Amino acid sequence: MNDNPLVALAGYFALLSLFAVGGANAAIPEMHRIAVEVMQWMNDRQFADSFAIAQLSPGPNVIIVTLIGYHVAGFAGAGVATVAMCGPTCLVSFFAARTWDRFKDAPWRIAVQAGLVPVSLGLIAASAFILARVVDNSIYAGLVTAATVVVAVFTRINPLWLFAAGGLLGLSGWL
Amino acid sequence: MSDAAQSPDMPARPALYELFRGFVIVSISGFGGALPWARRMIVEQKRWMTADEFNEAFALAQFLPGPNVVNFSVVFGSRFGGAAGAAVALAGLMGPPLVIVTVLAILYAQFGELEYLGRMLTGVTAAATGLLIAVVGKMAMPLFTKRWGWPAAIAILAFIGVAILRWPLPYVFVVLAPIAVALAWFFPAVKAVKP
Repeated sequence: MNDNPLVALAGYFALLSLFAVGGANAAIPEMHRIAVEVMQWMNDRQFADSFAIAQLSPGPNVIIVTLIGYHVAGFAGAGVATVAMCGPTCLVSFFAARTWDRFKDAPWRIAVQAGLVPVSLGLIAASAFILARVVDNSIYAGLVTAATVVVAVFTRINPLWLFAAGGLLGLSGWL
Repeated sequence: MSDAAQSPDMPARPALYELFRGFVIVSISGFGGALPWARRMIVEQKRWMTADEFNEAFALAQFLPGPNVVNFSVVFGSRFGGAAGAAVALAGLMGPPLVIVTVLAILYAQFGELEYLGRMLTGVTAAATGLLIAVVGKMAMPLFTKRWGWPAAIAILAFIGVAILRWPLPYVFVVLAPIAVALAWFFPAVKAVKP
């Protein structure tokens, strides 16, 4: 794209916002591809740390783009990345909200939704894969991930407790 | 205060500042996803929508690309206050996290190299990855336990394209989504009959 990082941030995230079916969690692989592999704005660890900070922060998880934006270009980057990631999809939402009543029962609408569910499933699975590849470098980190899967499947515990447990284990030097 | 034109069974129409305040509260209480909090405020506490209305508005937000809760704030805000309503709901939802996360970003830029901080965040990401895998498992269950139809194949292809081959998401989407929608059109999933 352009040499100006703000232009690159705006272009990539505005485009991404329109293809992220399944929300922020489905967009992680593409964010990683852009920020770490293509633009080399940050390394794997910084990306994983940004993901963790976004998870620990209140509010929508899409806020990870603010962290990436700040890392790239300070306050301006944070603002541009956030607006780019939310702007296009908000405009679409605004206009769709007015016509939804007309098309919510249309067969094409139902087919579109049914078709996109497996696509977003594949994308979210890809997110988990990318993050596991980045973070599960030791057997212990892998065990934390595996244990969290088990706990999350079989209980309805607040995720914050799982983050706290993972964070404490990390702090203790096990991972 | 009371409005004679408003029928008693209609929920109160929130003023703009109430919309803003409502979404601020949702955003700062919503750790690990803001949806349950949005539902609690809108349906249970303020009674701005019935559960069915909420589900329908959320179905639209989910149907559209992009972050679901962000879409939802726009859909909800515009329903009650037009463009201004959409803007204040969005500002309420994104404003506080934006400030908080920017502060965290400044701190991270300062202290991110500290080894113990890195280890702690690694632990959090390891746990968050486990949560994502659990979500994938729950979503995949209905797709894979029946018989292996086209949805499973589409999910696997999307995964391979994005995670293994590392193709750009827009390319994968532009190829796969039309195929998936066509398959959904011609082979709609038959609702499983409860035994």
